[in-house]
Amino acid sequence: MTILRTDGITMRFGGVVAVNNLQIEINEHEIVALIGPNGAGKTTAFNMITGVYTPTSGNVIYTDAAGNDVQITGKKPSAIAKLGIARTFQNIRLFKELSVYENVMIAKHLHLKSDFMSAALHLPHYNAEQRQAEAEVEELLKKVNLWDLREEKAFSLPYGQQRHLEIVRALATKPKLLLLDEPAAGMNPKETDELTEFISQIRDEYNLTIFMIEHHMDLVMGISDRIYVLDFGQTIASGTPLEIQNNERVIAAYLGVEEDA
Amino acid sequence: MANKKNLILTILLLIGCFALAWYVNFETDSYIRRVVNLCMVYAIIGLSMNLTNGFTGQFSLGQAGFMAIGAYVVGIFTVPVALRPAVFYAAPMNPLIADIYMPLWLALIVGGLLAALVAFLIGTPVLRLRGDYLAVATLGFSEIIRIVITNAQTITNGALGIKDIPPLNDVRYIFVFTAVIFIFITALINSSYGRAFKAIREDEIAAEAMGIDLFKHKCLAFMISAFFAGIGGGLYGALLGTVDPKNFLFTLTYNFLLIIVLGGMGSITGSMIGAVLVTAGLEFLRVFDEPLDLFGMAIPLFRPGFRMVIFSVLLMVLVLFWRHGIMGTREFTWDKFIAFCKNPFGFFGRKGARKA
Repeated sequence: MTILRTDGITMRFGGVVAVNNLQIEINEHEIVALIGPNGAGKTTAFNMITGVYTPTSGNVIYTDAAGNDVQITGKKPSAIAKLGIARTFQNIRLFKELSVYENVMIAKHLHLKSDFMSAALHLPHYNAEQRQAEAEVEELLKKVNLWDLREEKAFSLPYGQQRHLEIVRALATKPKLLLLDEPAAGMNPKETDELTEFISQIRDEYNLTIFMIEHHMDLVMGISDRIYVLDFGQTIASGTPLEIQNNERVIAAYLGVEEDA
Repeated sequence: MANKKNLILTILLLIGCFALAWYVNFETDSYIRRVVNLCMVYAIIGLSMNLTNGFTGQFSLGQAGFMAIGAYVVGIFTVPVALRPAVFYAAPMNPLIADIYMPLWLALIVGGLLAALVAFLIGTPVLRLRGDYLAVATLGFSEIIRIVITNAQTITNGALGIKDIPPLNDVRYIFVFTAVIFIFITALINSSYGRAFKAIREDEIAAEAMGIDLFKHKCLAFMISAFFAGIGGGLYGALLGTVDPKNFLFTLTYNFLLIIVLGGMGSITGSMIGAVLVTAGLEFLRVFDEPLDLFGMAIPLFRPGFRMVIFSVLLMVLVLFWRHGIMGTREFTWDKFIAFCKNPFGFFGRKGARKA
């Protein structure tokens, strides 16, 4: 079943067409990768899906938990997050000065049912909700071995752990669809392997659909069910990892073509 | 267990402070009482300003305007009805409100609510701005509030101001307000909403991606801040016994900016410390305003106004070498306090060692 569909979304910045007529369809429980050379418009595509940008034309359609198709084009990022789409960022965007624990607890705020006054006065039903959230955060942090570091400020963590923390923070919003923007950027091969393992593990455990941008081909080819390739804002190929590896246009886009070929 | 101990210590401290307020109220002269009262009122307004500027990270400079609203509500409604014709001698008071009298506590709350309402109206267009632009816009609105007050002659007595507000000089009364506001803001910051505010300060884009509605939360913080600034302004007006548009010039806001920068942007206990240091500190420096004779020679620098020079130098030193203020974003906690008491010299070193 489709969980996310983009209906020819286009993003223009002045005269520059960053993404042109992008058609993507992601099915539930899939891991789909979006690859392409630098400046191909991958992050712009993510930003359109998560509401940071409103597409110049086209629609984004998301199937929510109840199975209804929802038009999320141009909705606020916070509203889209509430519908069950969470994301990470290419250049890590943690709440740097806050503790690891607070970082993840903040992601629980969108599920808070208590109104403002009962939260401020710590009334019993708010406290009950918080205890539930605390238990879930504890479980998540233990999963990535960050529980012992929960009091540390987020920026003081090593790079790899910051990446993990960002993913865990996104998971704490209980998403159905998780968008990862270059999760393995700056990681060494060993860390990349661990991350590959981690991504497929959380997919199964939390019944997620994952859509990711990635440059590490081992990771992409290793776990993706399907791949979309973008170049200069155009989709130049899509298919299974094997199909993509043998696609001439993809090879041309990545390696260049000889003049006389 | 540790939590229970801290709670008991906090309650003991509050009772101790209240006893102190009682002592100050009955056993000291009016000068000390005035300084203590002013410290507490400044603490309330410092706390309210820290909520938007320190915790939510929205650089707002509208505090003087919100204070003016609170102070004028107190001024208009707590002057005894019989005295009003004498106060409003230039133009009689609008008959709609001429006979409405409120006790001080009610006027304070009404003033706070009115300030929050104005904050909501201002916030809708202004909170879309960021950084310096927001500062300039809020500063402008604070001046607009003052000018509207100056020109609403039949309600606010215009540029003449309102005199004969029943003077409030009960330290305990102001203490109760300060304590309640302090506890409320502490509880708010430690709730889910407080964390959302801090998330907005740290990274707006990430906060939004985590499902925090930026506008709603900024507006909420702005309104709560205005509410408490209104109450603080009302107490300020009652303390002075008179309100006058010139009291609420935008320069007033900078006193509170100073308090929160000194105490630490994003620290509740820091604001309290900052308020006491700025208010009481300025009073202690008064020795520099007195002429000083040393060995029969008059030292030329000691003249009225010199304390402001000393104060400015101290401030510059503090900002240069202690950029995050006294507390930074940290808070006073009993655990740290006990560790400090046990080993005052090792306290700072030990923390550094843990970090490394």
